Amino acid sequence: MSGRAELTVLGPDRMAYEEAFEEQVRLRDDCIASGGARSYLVLLEHPPTITVGRSGKTEEVLTGERRLAEQEVALVETNRGGRVTFHGPGQLVGYPIIHLGRRGLDLHRYMRDLETWLVKLCRSFGVEAHADSPHTGVWVGDRKIASIGIAARRWVTYHGVALNVDADLDWFRLIVPCGLSGVEMTSLEKELGAAPPFQEVALRAADVFCEHFEMRRAVTTGGERRIE
Amino acid sequence: MTVEMALPELGDDAPDEAEVSFWYVEVGEHVKDGQDMVEMVTDKAAFTVPAPAGGRLASILVTEGDRVKVGDTLAIIED
Repeated sequence: MSGRAELTVLGPDRMAYEEAFEEQVRLRDDCIASGGARSYLVLLEHPPTITVGRSGKTEEVLTGERRLAEQEVALVETNRGGRVTFHGPGQLVGYPIIHLGRRGLDLHRYMRDLETWLVKLCRSFGVEAHADSPHTGVWVGDRKIASIGIAARRWVTYHGVALNVDADLDWFRLIVPCGLSGVEMTSLEKELGAAPPFQEVALRAADVFCEHFEMRRAVTTGGERRIE
Repeated sequence: MTVEMALPELGDDAPDEAEVSFWYVEVGEHVKDGQDMVEMVTDKAAFTVPAPAGGRLASILVTEGDRVKVGDTLAIIED
């Protein structure tokens, strides 16, 4: 499979949203500078954070800033597509930084690919997930298990996906997730009764990503942030 | 000479229009070939459109919140 593009997988770490954003921008610009040769998958867990995407409205955040501060929930406006979402412990965040030249220069096809990646990942743990285009995201029945919001510069992607592993779903009551009022959120834990270990989900996420996107994991020479 | 900057093809699976999020540049500014000019958004995706040529930004034809079709002119650059 020497024709496969290389992917460097970083993480999973617990990292504040802004710090992770700065890392994404660095990696994105590195991918652009390499003509798309250097690709990354950043796997993370954020501390409790509400993010408002480019199409989000402040009224979709249902809790005042003071109460959010009391609960130590960060509120961040960010430059991904999409509306409002929540990130927190027990949620696997994945930020693929890849050039879409091999995948048709099509951001929406890319979002369908992200959905398929996560559907395969959930199914590998026995959760019958599915995509429900045009309702971007990954669903189990009519419950949402993963959210997607992306951005691109010069056809290099950043931002990405958030999959609930064993996240406390009560956090989502602070917001109107993705602008869909009444949507019920779920997690691997809720669907299975007990969540698989977070590290195992992260490892498998990297493997399934490589398989679906036809990439191969870069052989790394140490580097503490690299998952092995 | 003037160069029109148009909304590029977004791909077969993508809608044929996008919404203007914001401009990085102002009319009268000198822009470089390939410089990020404007951020656009579709459903769950945000992306930047680069300048097709360097020169002075002569005019901006669409503003924040406008919906624009693929091929529509967004701005005019004079070199």
